[in-house]
Amino acid sequence: MASTFDTVANIIAETCDIPREQITPESHAIDDLGIDSLDFLDIAFAIDKAFGIKLPLEQWTAEVNEGKATTEQYFVLKNLAERIDGLVAAKGA
Amino acid sequence: MRLEYFELVDKIEELNLAEGRILVRGNVPAASPVFEGHFPGHPLVPGVLFVEFMAQASGWLLLGRLNFERMAFLASVKEAKMRNFVQPDTPLLAEAKIEHEGSGYGITNCKVMKQDGTPVADATITLRIMPFPSSEFSDAMRARARKVGFTIPA
Repeated sequence: MASTFDTVANIIAETCDIPREQITPESHAIDDLGIDSLDFLDIAFAIDKAFGIKLPLEQWTAEVNEGKATTEQYFVLKNLAERIDGLVAAKGA
Repeated sequence: MRLEYFELVDKIEELNLAEGRILVRGNVPAASPVFEGHFPGHPLVPGVLFVEFMAQASGWLLLGRLNFERMAFLASVKEAKMRNFVQPDTPLLAEAKIEHEGSGYGITNCKVMKQDGTPVADATITLRIMPFPSSEFSDAMRARARKVGFTIPA
């Protein structure tokens, strides 16, 4: 079974036409991969569908804008995968 | 429809917020400056207006789901197909169904058809959901909603 990171990386590669080998757990979706907010909506949709969750993008964006969090916490892919795992676990709890 | 004002939805015919479905009507006028250029001597409704019609139907649906507390803006259009020509003075219907409601965005599957069911256009539409930038805008959308037959909760 594919890891959460692999699933997310495959989604990004397919959605944004980025070579899969360029996408690593350390990649920052915005700063390293150049994904903009519109493309990220497509990614969020695919992630929501793949994992049966709802990524709280609005909450994350608000936290970043208010200085309560950094973009690295949500958009470095290993961290994003960890957040997804948390949402999946919370759904099953 | 007032094509030159981009007011394409005349009336909400059916709305089921729980199921996430809306059916709206828009009557293509017999005359409009749009037809002077599109096309000279052969007036046809531009395909981009079908896209806008579907986006507006989707927008009303999402606004209803959001209780008019935030606004929905067109973000992307996928798989848009224009299946038949539409001449002036033609009643049209647009249907939108929620495919997915995410955090800060919504995705709808839409189609435009003539009254007899002839398919005109279809697309998958993504709308970004954002706060109203001003109370005047929010008030104007509520006023417009009442005109098209939306019952807005207090």
